[in-house]
Amino acid sequence: MALLNKKSKAVLSDPLMNNNPITLQVLGICSALAVTIRMDTAVVMTLAVVVVMSISNTVISLLRNYIPGKVRIIVQLSIIASLVILTDQFLKAYMYDMSKQLTVFVALIITNCIVMGRAEAFAMQNSPWRSFLDGLGNALGYGMILIGVAFFRELLGSGTIYNFQVIPDSFYSAGYENMGLMVLSPGAFIILGLIVWVHRIAAKIEED
Amino acid sequence: MEHYISLITKAIFVENILLAYFLGMCSFLAISKKVNTSIGLGFAVTFVLTITAPANWAINHYFLKKGALEWAGFPDVDLSFLDVIVFIAVIAALVQLVEMIIDRFSQTLYINLGIFLPLIAVNCSILGGSIFLVERDYTFIESTVFGFGSGLGWFLAIASMASIRYRLRYSNVPIKLRGLGITMLLTGLISMAFMAFSGIDL
Repeated sequence: MALLNKKSKAVLSDPLMNNNPITLQVLGICSALAVTIRMDTAVVMTLAVVVVMSISNTVISLLRNYIPGKVRIIVQLSIIASLVILTDQFLKAYMYDMSKQLTVFVALIITNCIVMGRAEAFAMQNSPWRSFLDGLGNALGYGMILIGVAFFRELLGSGTIYNFQVIPDSFYSAGYENMGLMVLSPGAFIILGLIVWVHRIAAKIEED
Repeated sequence: MEHYISLITKAIFVENILLAYFLGMCSFLAISKKVNTSIGLGFAVTFVLTITAPANWAINHYFLKKGALEWAGFPDVDLSFLDVIVFIAVIAALVQLVEMIIDRFSQTLYINLGIFLPLIAVNCSILGGSIFLVERDYTFIESTVFGFGSGLGWFLAIASMASIRYRLRYSNVPIKLRGLGITMLLTGLISMAFMAFSGIDL
């Protein structure tokens, strides 16, 4: 595999664990939490971010020698915004119900700091292939947390996983109840806080 | 009048843009370490939201909405797919303009807001506010009130968070939970407190 030598592999795998965009770089939390009530919305959101980020990183990296330093932010922003609009229109055309549930949050990928952050920090200095891998890796690292949060919120809040009921009816008749808190916004904050905690123990990372 | 009061309390407490819609989390987490800077940023966000909400309402109403270009003789044109890209450009331009005006007229405010003003352009709560007002079909006054209320709600959230984090320095938090972890848990608790307002109907 000439395309995936050790260094490129590190670019791809690093953001998944050791340098996760959400839990360690603290980027892109803005639009992340609202779509995590159910797993299906989280998966679609992840796909949208994967598409936008990998393409935007590649395009910006291809153009990096032609973008004047003074106006780079606006150039990056317009590339990202065009990609987001394409994704948004695609979802509206082919997955209308899903786009209704995601509402404004697909459009808000534009101001998702992780997309801008990686464009600025990585794609402006690296070759297109490595930038593509970096975009892909960061988007997947982001999606991993998103889907993780969604898993717990859906399981505890609605008793289902990806819309399949997993808590048997006998539990409900025995007095088990879904946890309403998980469906509301505080649930997302608390689950994410706990995931960050566990992740930091696993990755052996401390903050001052 | 009652309608606007109900709208503003809703924007501040019940549907707080940060605690219920998760918008503007990045700067919230990064800035809330210090009380003074949080208050500065809170003011800046309130200010910018109050200006950009009606501005983007006008742009949407007179240019982008379906049939909005009727005054120019194009009744069938629908430019609504362009909304986000236009909004973000308007926000960036307005932030720049506001920065220059403040620099000219109030040096103290300019120094206090400092680096936060330009950063606001990519704060999700500003763009989110503009997209919400399109989606909810607000009128001009409603969107101004909504923008102001959302800004104030964001201000309240970040100011209380900064104060809590200040007190937290004296408590013994598990090492791995320090930083982002405990902040998220606390945000969850604040968010729960704000949800208590949801029964109130004016």
